[in-house]
Amino acid sequence: MPDEIVTNLAQLIATKILKQPRRVIKPDEALISSGLIDSFNLVDVGLLVEDTYGVRIDDAELNADTFDTLDQLAEIIRSRM
Amino acid sequence: MPTIAHILRDHYQSHSEQAALVMLHAGSEDRPVSYRALLDGANAYACTYAAAGIRPGEVAVLILQHSFELVCAFYGAVLAGVIPSIMPFLTEKLLPERYRSDLAALVSVTRPAAVVTYPEFENEVQAALKDPSAAAARIEAAGLEIPKESPVRAVIVSDKVQAPSAPDFAALPGLKRDPSDIVLLQHSSGTTGLQKGVALSHQAVLNQLAAYSGALHLTPDDVIVSWLPLYHDMGLIAGFLMPILLGVRLVIMSPFEWVRAPARLLQAVSRYHGTLSWLPNFAYNFCAAKIRERDLEGLDLSSWRSISNCSEPMRYESHVAFFQRFSRLGLRYEALHTCYAMAENVFAVTQGGVDAPVTVDEIDREAMQVERVARPADGSAGPTIKMLSAGRPVSNTQCKVVDDKGEEVPERTIGEIALRSDCMLTGYYHRPDATAKAFSDGWYLTGDYGYMADGEVYVAGRKKDMIIVGGKNVYPLDLELLAMEAPGVHAGRVSAFGVFNDEAGTEDVVIVAEVDTEDSEEREGIARAIEAAVNRGSAIRLRDCYIVSPPWIVKTSSGKTARLANKEKYLKEIGG
Repeated sequence: MPDEIVTNLAQLIATKILKQPRRVIKPDEALISSGLIDSFNLVDVGLLVEDTYGVRIDDAELNADTFDTLDQLAEIIRSRM
Repeated sequence: MPTIAHILRDHYQSHSEQAALVMLHAGSEDRPVSYRALLDGANAYACTYAAAGIRPGEVAVLILQHSFELVCAFYGAVLAGVIPSIMPFLTEKLLPERYRSDLAALVSVTRPAAVVTYPEFENEVQAALKDPSAAAARIEAAGLEIPKESPVRAVIVSDKVQAPSAPDFAALPGLKRDPSDIVLLQHSSGTTGLQKGVALSHQAVLNQLAAYSGALHLTPDDVIVSWLPLYHDMGLIAGFLMPILLGVRLVIMSPFEWVRAPARLLQAVSRYHGTLSWLPNFAYNFCAAKIRERDLEGLDLSSWRSISNCSEPMRYESHVAFFQRFSRLGLRYEALHTCYAMAENVFAVTQGGVDAPVTVDEIDREAMQVERVARPADGSAGPTIKMLSAGRPVSNTQCKVVDDKGEEVPERTIGEIALRSDCMLTGYYHRPDATAKAFSDGWYLTGDYGYMADGEVYVAGRKKDMIIVGGKNVYPLDLELLAMEAPGVHAGRVSAFGVFNDEAGTEDVVIVAEVDTEDSEEREGIARAIEAAVNRGSAIRLRDCYIVSPPWIVKTSSGKTARLANKEKYLKEIGG
């Protein structure tokens, strides 16, 4: 069953952060450790998650150790909704 | 005071309990560090360098994160008469191979006697030292020789350093140095490119601090607040050396933490009644756009008397965005200042806004781009540019604008900015060729294009093809070499350039690659491969990877890719 949050995040990140609307981000693709989302965009991830899901990600959590894939990020979001 | 070590001694002996700096760290209490704690900690490193056989006048490369260890390793070197050189720490983005290559390049030119790093990074450093060929291509391209043996005699690991202890100033070699001796090396070219080490003497640094603190009307009641990295001149001089040496309180945080929570800067200014800060242009846009209202609640920015825009081209619109967002918190428009600076002059060349508001010179865009003249807009229909003045040269620094032959040009004619002062570099370390090339008739050629009007300096464009991303200098050639790691991408058929991003207030990087395949899926694959290679090797994320069919890439008469011409062609094709 396709994970709605993952799909939505993939779209939002591709469009708003990567500015590449056609870019398909795989659910288990490394986002931070690969540099796809660079340090200047980490704050954008936090803002995007809060604006879309009302879930707060602390700035100390904006790193690959906390989440590095859409799956992991979706998990955090779900647990805080 | 003959040298910086003497100044440190003086602080220790006069007011050791005074806070030299306050270190802010997310998730912990703010940590004030007294001069005693600072110099006892520095002395631990000074003793460690000596025990490792590192001699005065030798170089120690510091590869440490923004931390108390870095602060101590730096001042410890100064106390020991050793020359510190701070290198950016490996981030998760950079491929270890690429970082290894950077380090190997640095080691072969700078020839340090020691490298200081964390235990976790020791293996990485050792690997780079054992393999000088990792940077062979770059070194040879610069016309230099690869050393046969590693010059590094000691890799000092931060958890094996001696315990802090009171410095024996009478015995420390740092106090026996001459003011004309080199005190530190700064690498002015960011994270890519064969870095040139700017060697600065004690006297040059002290002259700059005297001139610059004068231009800022700095007093002991000032508070400098900074998140800037210490491997770059702005952070190292304005946000580290100047306050600590002049006894002005410094509140410092890591760039790593600031970028994840930009409100931290404003919160610190409010909490500590910060009076001065320095920011690269993109940070104005970044703060204005990315800080939440709730993180600004209760903040008072009225103490902030000087925020100097520096290190990349300054945009009027960025100041406006910043002011509009934060004025209701007490930020005054008059606090928005400008600065033109470079490591070769220790730091500040000019400063604007302190004694009078920053001049905004509205000029005709066509005249600037085509005639290379800064003609004041006359109210007619043509598009204009609002140029921010970088202000007047600081005392004992002179600027002029010259043409290709080194002849001075008239006011408002755009040419290369040249300068001379009493705070110039001793030279590019071990690069007498580069040093000689940089000077013309006693004047240092900055490679920046600009003009002067009414005694004020305006910087029109950055060094030739250099791309400045988020305040960092990025060499197009390095990115092109990385792009060539992708299959189907060949030398001479790829071009990298910067395109200004209005929203971000800084440049984005675009790469154009000429490929042979017509297949759209293959082309998409090549674009992805280029993006990945560039990102792995330089930590730069491309704004666009534009795949084209031959013939497309514009070349110069000598066969080199003409980046500006390629940029113009690209912008035309995408309709920009």
